[in-house]
Amino acid sequence: MNKLLVSPSPHIHSKTSTASLMRDVVLALLPAAIVSVVFYGLGEIVVLGTSIISCIVLEYLITKYLLKQDNTICDWSAVVTGILLGLNLPASTPWWVVFIGAVVAIGVAKMTFGGLGQNVFNPALAGRVFLLVSFPTYMTDWQIPGGLFGADAVSGATPLGVIKEGLLGGAKLSDLTAQYSWSDMIFANIGGSAGEISAIALLAGFGYLLLRKVIRPYITLSIWATVALVSLAFSLAAPEQFTGPAFNLLTGGMILGSCFMATDYVTSPMSIKGGIVFGVGIGFITMMIRYFGSYPEGMSFAILLMNAAVPLLNNWFHQKKYGRA
Amino acid sequence: MSNRTFSIGGVHPADNKISRECKIETLPIPETVYIHLGQHIGAPAKPVVAVGDKVKVGQVLAEPGGFVSAYIHSSVSGTVKSIAPRADLAGNPQMCIEIAVEGDEWLEGIDTSDTVITDFPDEASVCLEKIKAAGIVGLGGATFPTHVKLSPPPGKKCDMLIINGCECEPYLTSDFRTLLEKGEQVAIGTAILKHILGVDKATIAIEDNKPEAIKHMKEVLANLRKVSTRFAGICVMSLMKKYPEGGEKQLIDAVMHRQVASGGLPIDVGAVIQNVATALAVYDAVQKNKPIVDNSVTVTGECFPRQANLLVRVGTPLRFIIDYLGGVPENAVKVISGGPMMGRAIANLDAATLKGTSALLFLTREQTVRGKESNCIRCGKCAEACPMGLEPFLLNRLSRAGGMLDALEANAVQDCIECGCCLYSCPANIPLLDVIRQSKVQVMGIMRARAAAATAAKK
Repeated sequence: MNKLLVSPSPHIHSKTSTASLMRDVVLALLPAAIVSVVFYGLGEIVVLGTSIISCIVLEYLITKYLLKQDNTICDWSAVVTGILLGLNLPASTPWWVVFIGAVVAIGVAKMTFGGLGQNVFNPALAGRVFLLVSFPTYMTDWQIPGGLFGADAVSGATPLGVIKEGLLGGAKLSDLTAQYSWSDMIFANIGGSAGEISAIALLAGFGYLLLRKVIRPYITLSIWATVALVSLAFSLAAPEQFTGPAFNLLTGGMILGSCFMATDYVTSPMSIKGGIVFGVGIGFITMMIRYFGSYPEGMSFAILLMNAAVPLLNNWFHQKKYGRA
Repeated sequence: MSNRTFSIGGVHPADNKISRECKIETLPIPETVYIHLGQHIGAPAKPVVAVGDKVKVGQVLAEPGGFVSAYIHSSVSGTVKSIAPRADLAGNPQMCIEIAVEGDEWLEGIDTSDTVITDFPDEASVCLEKIKAAGIVGLGGATFPTHVKLSPPPGKKCDMLIINGCECEPYLTSDFRTLLEKGEQVAIGTAILKHILGVDKATIAIEDNKPEAIKHMKEVLANLRKVSTRFAGICVMSLMKKYPEGGEKQLIDAVMHRQVASGGLPIDVGAVIQNVATALAVYDAVQKNKPIVDNSVTVTGECFPRQANLLVRVGTPLRFIIDYLGGVPENAVKVISGGPMMGRAIANLDAATLKGTSALLFLTREQTVRGKESNCIRCGKCAEACPMGLEPFLLNRLSRAGGMLDALEANAVQDCIECGCCLYSCPANIPLLDVIRQSKVQVMGIMRARAAAATAAKK
């Protein structure tokens, strides 16, 4: 030892880094990704693969040639966006549509704002909604899972889509919901985007993130509570017109959205109180779109709308300070 | 295990108390000591000896230089060689008295035996005077003169004396060893402090990662209560291990469930806090007439050849301590005075110890070098960790934007206790505390100027 290093305190640092946090999110999403590959087969591999690789390559090219900054792909955030985007799309989506989604997610929603931490909207959701509006045919061609390598995948609508169509056609709600059993919804046997189909795999990942203290549960719980209360009130008032809490909590990307998209650090409020209000907003807007909107599913729009309110929520709600009223 | 702790924030660094089994051993006396005149918060002491004077251990070298100041005593016997500026731990010149050691002759009246004396004087003023004369300062790190803290301003009433035995900084074990080896003396010191303050209750707060110390102190107090009623009302409280539990604001919250208002003092909510080492020094002063001439120092670090808790004479050169234990390891890059969270990096190993020096910690490059800063990902971990409930991410942004001092004040940058939890937990390696410290200095400067202007306007 020749020279002493002199720098201000603290002199030690926790082991947690941006990369380790993002890697934990990737690990948490793995069960859902594996389940969707098993159920949907080759198509899902193409969608997830295209999405992840495009996100990484796009971020690399943009940081290197457009922004001329240090490359940031080692922080794993592009991988997270890639998986989330992939899990939000039908397994039958053509690879070039997925690629366009990645361009919007990384190129528009993330890097134009200055990269990780600066974006206002959740990149994966921005990509998904862009595709939903631009390529409605591809985006609503949901399959009932047919198994890995299985050729018997059946095209069909999502449960929420079926019910919306059915109600508009004058069918009775009880007949429409009767075709979905609880075990189907919990164990991936309904039509939907890959990430929507297995509640159990997603919840396992969510549990892992809570256990590792990567995220806190306030936002997710307040979304669930709001969705449950709103749908309970509506379904009690008009049972033949509105679906109930359990159905709404288990379908339409509710779990993927509430556990993994709404809890995105960058696009959610910093304070606990702000997070709760954020969650209530998402739950309420989702239910309004589901009940009264023209889209069967409202989670993506609700999260993006509330993303826009985050700066305001950060301004309104602060942490409780020591020794101050 | 205990559930009791402070209510806001906090972090859980690995406690790494690898020197916990090391008994306190007495370090030999060096050939020369360098005794600083500014070893406390407040005015530096004024020397009362001249070059060439012969001094004994415990003899006064310097008198308080103001109301908030303290006596300084010689820690050795010998001849005063010089009174001149000398580089301190940070490398800044400070006035020092250099003494060449000759033998080890103590001033008359100082009891150097190990006999424990339980009975103490009835008059609080006598005890307080002895504490002042012994040059006692807060040994928990702040080195605030103890006699000043024990004289609450008129109108302020103390409800509880808290003895801080948390030692929440990783690596440090000197307070732990003191509790184990000199528990009786600490308990008697506590009783003396309680008596001076005229308060009914005293709590010795210890974190639950030191179960031996908790058990030992409970036994010691149970025995002392049989001897004298003066030990009634002193209890031991186990607190959940969490950093910075030993911060006085956090400790008051944990022990009394009260919070000190911004800009206030512990006494505003009826609390007086003293460190374990201070309680021991109080015992020495009142019962043994012994001023602060030595203190316990933990010397530690995974890379350091020998872990130790040493009883060191004040003013011992750091190099003497380090060489005694085997020298600076090759792979150490940083030496810290104190713990890794709030301690100061040492720039000069030729500097000498102070009364408040509690540890020398050696860290390797892997342990201490910070990662490269990247974008804030707004995870909120800094706000979750801040024990004052501040929002470091926001203070960082406001500071770096420049010219936002009003907003920084509105967001309570002045409440920062500089515990380091924000920087410790930031996954993006943003130097939050470095930035916040600078803004805090600016904002506090403005607040002081404003207060001074308001006082001037009243006149």
